[in-house]
Amino acid sequence: MLDLVWLIPALPLAGFLCILLFGRKLGDPKAGYFATAMVAGSFIVTLGLFFDLLSKTAEERHHIKTLFQWVPLGSAHIDLAFLADPLSITMCLFVTGIGSLIHLYAVGYMHGDPRFSKFFLYLNLFAFSMLMLVLGSNMLVTFLGWEGVGTCSYFLISFWHEKDSAATAGKKAFVTNRVGDWGFMMAMFFAFWAVGSLDYSAINGAAASLSITTATAIALFAFIGACGKSAQLPLYLWLPDAMEGPTPVSALIHAATMVTAGVYLMCRISPILNVASSYAPTIIAIVGAATALYAACVAVAQNDIKKVLAYSTVSQLGYMFLAVGSGAYTAAIFHMVTHAFFKALLFLGAGSVIHGMHHEQDMRRMGALRKLMPITAATFIIGWLAIAGVPPFAGFWSKDDILLAAYDKNIVLWVVGLVTALLTAFYMTRQVIMVFYGEARWHDAHEEHGAAGDLGVSAHGDLTPHESPWMMVTPLVVLAGLSIVGGGLNLPFKESTERLALWLEPVVGVHTSTTAKLPLALVAIAIGLVGIAGAYAVYYFKKVKPVEPKILADAWGYDRAVSAFMGGPGRKAFDGVAWADAHIIDGAVNGSGELVRGTAGQVRKLQTGNVRNYAAAIGASVVLLLVWFVVIRGLL
Amino acid sequence: MIEFPILTMLVLVPVIGSVLVALVSKRYPDLVKVTALVTSVLTAGMSIWLLAAFKTNNADFQFASQHEWIKAWGISWHLGVDGISIFLVVLTGVLFPLVIAGIDPHHDHKRYLSWMLLLEAGVMGSFISLDLFLFFVFFEIVLVPMYFLIGGWGYDNRVYAATKFFLFTMIGSAFMLVGIIATAVLAKADNGHVTFDLIKIAENASFAAGTGRWLFFAFAIAFAVKVPLFPLHTWLPDAHTQAPTGGSVILAGVLLKMGTYGLLRFGVFLFPEAAVWARPLFLTLAVIGIIWGAIAATMQTDLKRLVAYSSVAHLGFIVLGTFALTATAITGGVMQMVNHGISTGALFILVGMIYDRRHTREISKLKGLQKVAPIFAAAFTVVMLSSIGVPGLNGFVGEFMVLIGSFGTARWWVVVATAGVILAALYLLWAYQRVFHGEPDEDNKSFAELKWKEGMLLLPFIGLIVFCGLYPKPMIDRIQPSVDKLLEHVAQHSDFKIPAPAEPVISNGGEG
Repeated sequence: MLDLVWLIPALPLAGFLCILLFGRKLGDPKAGYFATAMVAGSFIVTLGLFFDLLSKTAEERHHIKTLFQWVPLGSAHIDLAFLADPLSITMCLFVTGIGSLIHLYAVGYMHGDPRFSKFFLYLNLFAFSMLMLVLGSNMLVTFLGWEGVGTCSYFLISFWHEKDSAATAGKKAFVTNRVGDWGFMMAMFFAFWAVGSLDYSAINGAAASLSITTATAIALFAFIGACGKSAQLPLYLWLPDAMEGPTPVSALIHAATMVTAGVYLMCRISPILNVASSYAPTIIAIVGAATALYAACVAVAQNDIKKVLAYSTVSQLGYMFLAVGSGAYTAAIFHMVTHAFFKALLFLGAGSVIHGMHHEQDMRRMGALRKLMPITAATFIIGWLAIAGVPPFAGFWSKDDILLAAYDKNIVLWVVGLVTALLTAFYMTRQVIMVFYGEARWHDAHEEHGAAGDLGVSAHGDLTPHESPWMMVTPLVVLAGLSIVGGGLNLPFKESTERLALWLEPVVGVHTSTTAKLPLALVAIAIGLVGIAGAYAVYYFKKVKPVEPKILADAWGYDRAVSAFMGGPGRKAFDGVAWADAHIIDGAVNGSGELVRGTAGQVRKLQTGNVRNYAAAIGASVVLLLVWFVVIRGLL
Repeated sequence: MIEFPILTMLVLVPVIGSVLVALVSKRYPDLVKVTALVTSVLTAGMSIWLLAAFKTNNADFQFASQHEWIKAWGISWHLGVDGISIFLVVLTGVLFPLVIAGIDPHHDHKRYLSWMLLLEAGVMGSFISLDLFLFFVFFEIVLVPMYFLIGGWGYDNRVYAATKFFLFTMIGSAFMLVGIIATAVLAKADNGHVTFDLIKIAENASFAAGTGRWLFFAFAIAFAVKVPLFPLHTWLPDAHTQAPTGGSVILAGVLLKMGTYGLLRFGVFLFPEAAVWARPLFLTLAVIGIIWGAIAATMQTDLKRLVAYSSVAHLGFIVLGTFALTATAITGGVMQMVNHGISTGALFILVGMIYDRRHTREISKLKGLQKVAPIFAAAFTVVMLSSIGVPGLNGFVGEFMVLIGSFGTARWWVVVATAGVILAALYLLWAYQRVFHGEPDEDNKSFAELKWKEGMLLLPFIGLIVFCGLYPKPMIDRIQPSVDKLLEHVAQHSDFKIPAPAEPVISNGGEG
């Protein structure tokens, strides 16, 4: 069974190829159902592999399936090979599981789009790339997937490419990711020259014998790559803009799967991280905590329903890196999984709202939607409780694991984590109230629309929000269920209930903590409730005036500063190079051309046709040459 | 039994084709085209046969043929292919019929095709000559048809560009001619007689360090102009922009490779000591070229100029790999020579198609083409991603091998060169956005979708882009033995030690 691991990425690839050839014929909605079936097929194969692995002892849960030699490098060679182990199969389970739900959802969401089948073409290619990323048995196959998901997200973000903002956002995502890829490539080069292989088993196996400098270099360069893909400071910039893509894309790529790739990579090379100099994990933890807090602050002041979730994703990814930096890899994976459940749920819920609101994304024009969209509202509320850290929902357990590890690492990190938790509860509550409670503000929007122009309003006349069709609602219900029970994967009561930790132990080791868990957990619950209560006071009861500083709405002005730099000095420098190329380098060329022409004009005058002049010149030259050879070179 | 002189035929058939085309009367335009096509397809067939018959895991020159030419000077008609040249020969063989069949020069087909075929003979000859003099003859022959192709079928500023191209390469070649003669004369002491034979000189001659370095530079300048290496690159954007599409494809596809190939064969192989000594200079210029070319490409307003500058950056990787002097890096460099030929050739074809439709290459005048021509845009996207170096497509393999191979011997250069990878995404995606994204305006609304014939022309390129990216092993297996041998030669004739990368650690995990 384990040899069938190649089937997991092969099915979406087959889907991609079929839609490439027959997509237009299949059309709307058949192409969508077909693509969904392919990813669902992968999910079933993954389940089979999962049970096969379960039936083996912990030591045997490591299987490599080599397809062919990809890039021979002298005596070493890099294979196109897959690694099936608890970590990769865990990743595959939620990538294919949530992936197929999102595919199904997209069938409803993209219905009627003129490029319907192309959307699923990209989605299947994305699923294929993501599975290559997590299944690769060496860094290069991972890199193939890594770049593949980057390319697909470029396609998908700029899917509605007629819109300038969408086209720009796609490009920005690709280029920013490439900055991170520089780090990934450097990590590969360091690893290859130190170990002579890019196989994870070889690299991790050699970790103990690596010099600390090398291990630190590999870890930190890989982290630069992770920062790009997983949207950490200072490279997170592309993710909020990526919300220009269709909402299923936001859910699939920018919440559940692609952005977790960086966390996955760090967990995959965790043995390297463990032997790296102690400042390496500390840097990772600090960047993670800083990103978590930074983005949570920004989310408080956003009015776009998707932007809130985007910044929330950046913030939650920060949590995961905080866990990685604290050495709690299981906690990072655990949060990755639960986050995939509830964040995909929230994004899809937001998409359902947007769909029902006829492409309105401004929360100030929503409100009181829970009666009109009961299922969306109910599931969204479950997602909210999960992310806000209310027990017994999934997010509580995983976040608690991270906070515990952060507490062990450094109390400041723990405090930052707590403040982030407070803000998370606050902004999510704010969102739920603005969208589903309060008074209905979409009538105003309707009237504005009506007032804006009488033309064509009748076509859109029915602006009353409506519940979404079944293929959109079903994924919501399933994900809501997972968001409720997801915490069961890893309950901290006793060792045997920490199932995920036991399962992942052969890959990432164990993180032991002696700190008493209960007091910390109680503090975290209290903090979460304070956040919720605070938001109720401000947005529901309107007892306190909302504080939404401009600087936060503007994301601390960082994006603007970077854009200003790129558009200003950066562009000037580039222009300078182009100018220098045209005027200095090429100028020298044309200048010497002119010089030759000018000199030639002068020299031509020497051609007097007078033999005596020539003879004199020849004579003088001979004398000079003789002098040169005799006096200076000392010949004769 | 006399063996079929396949290499000689590879040169002769295009020459015969060229003469035939020139002789056929203008009144039979179809006959002209058929003659050109048949001879170039014949050459392509022979080159593919050559590849099929080429022995893998054999580092020596294969299919060698040697006949005395000018006995008194030790000049001979000496041809041979090894792993370093075989794919360049095949690329040349395959590219020409595609260009001849697929790209219309718009006027005066007869002279155009005649020059094209002569060009093919010159390029072919350069890649298979094993005699310095013979190589020089072919290397110079190439200039003439290229000059006329740019000057005769190019765009507005073609005369300036053609002259610039000619003068630049001529000046470089003048140095090389001096170098070749000096090499042969100076090597007489070691050979016992004057000879221009590359292998004999390389194996027997022992130049004093100072002499060898002068000679090396005489050769290297000619090649550096051809590559082109920063700061000798400014002829390239002009030549590319003004050349007709077919000329640009050939120029980028194979002509530039004569420079990088020359650096390997007549630089590193002939003067190992000097090449080792000059490493820092060439590595630095290569890396500057990677960054400089990419930045300059970003700011171009003409689509064709942009692609031309991207060539400067891409060729920088090849030079980096060449002078890193590791087997992986040089093999990667050779891979990159071929892959750049495929992807940049295809890019020029696509830009040419845009020009044919819109009669402009100004990026600012193009907009929203993806909406009106999605298949055309898809083809452009695949080629663009290959040029960016996305893994799974051909552009990545060579670049990756160059970088990972150079990391051990030229670490800091690699750190900077890798940043070029970021810039490649920037200039191409930015250009793509401006040309293909957005709502098409009035001028671009009627942009025609990819036609069948155009699709057929692009199909082999796209097929190779995907195949070479996913399964480069057959290429690497044929290239690497010759590269290993070259490096042994370098290690014998200089104080350069072939760096041994770390031995692969045997993993404790089970192998499937």
